[in-house]
Amino acid sequence: MKIGVVTFPGSLDDVDAQRAVRVGGHEAVALWHGDHDLRGVDAVILPGGFSYGDYLRCGAISRFSPVMSEVVEAAHRGMPVLGICNGFQILCESHLLPGALIRNDHRKFVCRDQRLRIENASTPWTSAYETGAEITVPLKNGEGGYVADAATLDRLEGEGQVVARYLDGNPNGSLRDIAGVTNERGNVVGLMPHPEHAVETLTGPGTDGLGFFTSLVERVLA
Amino acid sequence: MPKPEILDPQGKAVLGALPRLGFSGVTDVRQGKRFELEIDGDLTDEVLEQVRQMAETLLSNPVIEDFTVSVETTPAAVETVQS
Repeated sequence: MKIGVVTFPGSLDDVDAQRAVRVGGHEAVALWHGDHDLRGVDAVILPGGFSYGDYLRCGAISRFSPVMSEVVEAAHRGMPVLGICNGFQILCESHLLPGALIRNDHRKFVCRDQRLRIENASTPWTSAYETGAEITVPLKNGEGGYVADAATLDRLEGEGQVVARYLDGNPNGSLRDIAGVTNERGNVVGLMPHPEHAVETLTGPGTDGLGFFTSLVERVLA
Repeated sequence: MPKPEILDPQGKAVLGALPRLGFSGVTDVRQGKRFELEIDGDLTDEVLEQVRQMAETLLSNPVIEDFTVSVETTPAAVETVQS
């Protein structure tokens, strides 16, 4: 499959995400924030970083970039979209995902290998995992606290829209230990930790993140 | 401004710093943003409504922030939005 990775001004992890896509057995297609063009891809990844310098709010300006109007339209048609870290923030600002991400409650940047539990293994990005699987991938953020009103959180939990939860302590104040969520349709996933940094043992804590980049194939074969 | 139910870590940091400087009696600090928009031409209701739309779509995130729009005409004609 062709998986597009968007580069915004200030993206940091776009090249790692492209590499993870290739390690996962797909073709990575570079997409540019300034183009109204998804170049025929089958799925899109919004990578981590500090797009537009995090000015105004994280993801607030990226949301209105030309490529995002295409991504939003494609997501509404059902195209799989994965937002990692800053990409998760952009998806929330775009209203493709509920809630928002605010500054870590302890006010410090956090960078560590983080254990997670996959709560929903039925999304196009997580179907390579078993529900309840525990994985370790890097986490690095300053504004990773997931917040939403209580009714929204109840709905997310009730409808199985919590994709991943933090284990071994909450690293950033995210409500109900939420590390990742999906939309009602299940095609859009946002995740604060970085599976793309855990696809090769040479550079990561393991290969636990690879499932996010192989799930699309497994879904097609299933 | 961040909504009352939303944690404001920056405000908490400021609150913690005040007693260290010898200021006492402050029980809470919330930190928000203020935008000053200079508007071309007359400030009609239509223009004000547009400013509200700007506040709602870009300047604030209604999921976590409230905003108010107020008009200031001195010293220079200035339109302000606080979120």
